[in-house]
Amino acid sequence: MTPFTALVLRDMRLAVRVGGGALMGALFFLIVVTMMPFAVGPDLKLLARIGPAILWLGALLATLLALDRLFATDHEDGSLDLLMMGRMPLELAIAGKGVAHWLTTGLPLVMISPVLGLMLNVELKAMGVVALTLIVGTPALTFIGLIGAALSVALRRGGLLLAVLVLPLTIPVLIFGVSAANAGIVGPEPFGPPFTILCALSLMSLVVGPFAAAAALRFGLE
Amino acid sequence: MAVIDLANPTRFLSLVQRVLPWLWGAALIVFIIGLMQTFNAPDDYQQGATVKIMYIHVPAAWLGMMGWSVMSVAALGTLVWRHPLADVAGKAAAPIGAAFTFICLITGALWGRPTWGTYWVWDARLTSMLVLLLLYLGVIALYWTAEDPGRGSRAAAVLTLVGAINLPIIKFSVDWWNTLHQPASIMRTGGTAIAPSILYPLLVMALGFTLLFFALHFAAMRNEILRRRVRTMRLIQAQTLAEARA
Amino acid sequence: MRAARLMQLAADTLTCIRGGRTVFAGLTFSVSSGEALTVIGRNGAGKSSLLRVIAGLVHLAAGSLSLTGGESEASVAEQAHYLGHQDALKGSLSVRENLAFWIDFLGGARGSLEDALAAVDLAPLAGLPAGYLSAGQRRRLSIARLVAVQRPLWLLDEPTSALDVQSQDRLAGLMRAHLKGGGMIIAATHGPIGLDAPRELQLGPTGVAQ
Repeated sequence: MTPFTALVLRDMRLAVRVGGGALMGALFFLIVVTMMPFAVGPDLKLLARIGPAILWLGALLATLLALDRLFATDHEDGSLDLLMMGRMPLELAIAGKGVAHWLTTGLPLVMISPVLGLMLNVELKAMGVVALTLIVGTPALTFIGLIGAALSVALRRGGLLLAVLVLPLTIPVLIFGVSAANAGIVGPEPFGPPFTILCALSLMSLVVGPFAAAAALRFGLE
Repeated sequence: MAVIDLANPTRFLSLVQRVLPWLWGAALIVFIIGLMQTFNAPDDYQQGATVKIMYIHVPAAWLGMMGWSVMSVAALGTLVWRHPLADVAGKAAAPIGAAFTFICLITGALWGRPTWGTYWVWDARLTSMLVLLLLYLGVIALYWTAEDPGRGSRAAAVLTLVGAINLPIIKFSVDWWNTLHQPASIMRTGGTAIAPSILYPLLVMALGFTLLFFALHFAAMRNEILRRRVRTMRLIQAQTLAEARA
Repeated sequence: MRAARLMQLAADTLTCIRGGRTVFAGLTFSVSSGEALTVIGRNGAGKSSLLRVIAGLVHLAAGSLSLTGGESEASVAEQAHYLGHQDALKGSLSVRENLAFWIDFLGGARGSLEDALAAVDLAPLAGLPAGYLSAGQRRRLSIARLVAVQRPLWLLDEPTSALDVQSQDRLAGLMRAHLKGGGMIIAATHGPIGLDAPRELQLGPTGVAQ
């Protein structure tokens, strides 16, 4: 088994065993989406119109919350030290943790988004489009979030610092994600351009995220 | 047998072993009777046979709420009376209550499609049930993420009681929110004056559900006790091996 | 026994600054194959920092470290084992799963897993979640990692803490075997750890070696 696979599998195993990690993200997503109609009102037409936006915001917040402990647990029990002494570059190890995080948090979000879309009166075809943008965009959220997670471990601050650092960085992903979703549902703007830009943002974050996070960790660990 | 005698897990396990088959049997019989009565019950003049989803939907809703009451009593047992099996009862009841709430929501959605034209509406009752489900899931998460069963149960017990106090408040505020925003479609609430021919099957189904709840609850409690025994045995195994060298 | 390739870790005027404080400065020493170096000194003298500097976990303010005779492409950290104060174990994974992960990640051979567990006498507990282990047992599992994955340089920070007498003797045996096979050990310790008259590096209050 390669070191990369070993790390991804270990993180996935931990996410499932410790505190029901995967389901917790999905549960939070469910709660956030449920909160929206309380604030906005149960008008089904309105909910259908802003449905994609609600789903995207929910996915963003749920991803963010699950990132908080990503490096912190390894730092606390000394695993991070050993991860840095492996045969694999630290950037690759961080990318592995990002992959595991997306598989156990981002992917479940995408999978329950149709059910939540149902609650927001989003119609079936629209749901397909939203799910497509989510599946392409959530990796970007995870990998950009890696940077914030690494910084908050390096600076030894938790919680809100991560959110404050990461949320602005994810604005482009949010914009193009919702824009692609709306274009796909309503038009008249074509779906292609915002969707391709969303894909590009994801691919870019797959590279920039681990490198920036590795730099943050090295800098922070003196 | 007094409640205090049931504090002994072994005694409780032998009680469960004796009582459980009867509970399953009784639940099965009552269900069969209830379903037969449901078939014979009259159709609704507007909805037709669809209204018969009510015979599952309404008892499921009652059981969902009853589940939280059972958990609340168990929570008092944990925090106030320190009954040893109280936290087991609470932990066992949560998934069952959540399942009934979920059944209520699903049947409500299936009922809503032909009657309201959509799977989901944010009407007061469905929304309250959804919030109840979220509370259930939260408590379940608390029970299952705690490393040490004792500590997790106390935290979950506190949350259960807070939830019990909050549930009427949530229900009230959701009702108020719902009247504030006039929903677009017309709701059929299932009738205020219930004729006996509809009421009796409903009560029979409710009884069947209740028996099913307690059968599942006892089985779940038994499983949890056994699970804790395995955990203790493994801890002892590790400890004896550690002490054997000293 | 591995083929003895003569390796040497050479440290030249190492200087470490942490949190604005100069922990040590101008440290020069070397360790060759088959040699052990114990680092002694008061608390706060910088023993742990020295080990972490060699492990690449703390930034080196001045000076240089080189490992000759080893793999030319690999850094010092990639050819070293670090046994720090923490055990790097995940409580929800079993003993075997924890060790298997580190073997896979650090590039060891899966076949050595059972031997490593036997070497620290944890084989009976292999299936138990690591969270159930006592402090001494967790320490032994960390030591198993050193046995399971072959790396020439061992950096040990107070390795005998939490270990009972029997486990300490077992660790001494493992260390002797490692040295005999051409390995190197640098251990920070407060007392003897069972090596026969190792060389000593004393870190004094001013942080300069004596």
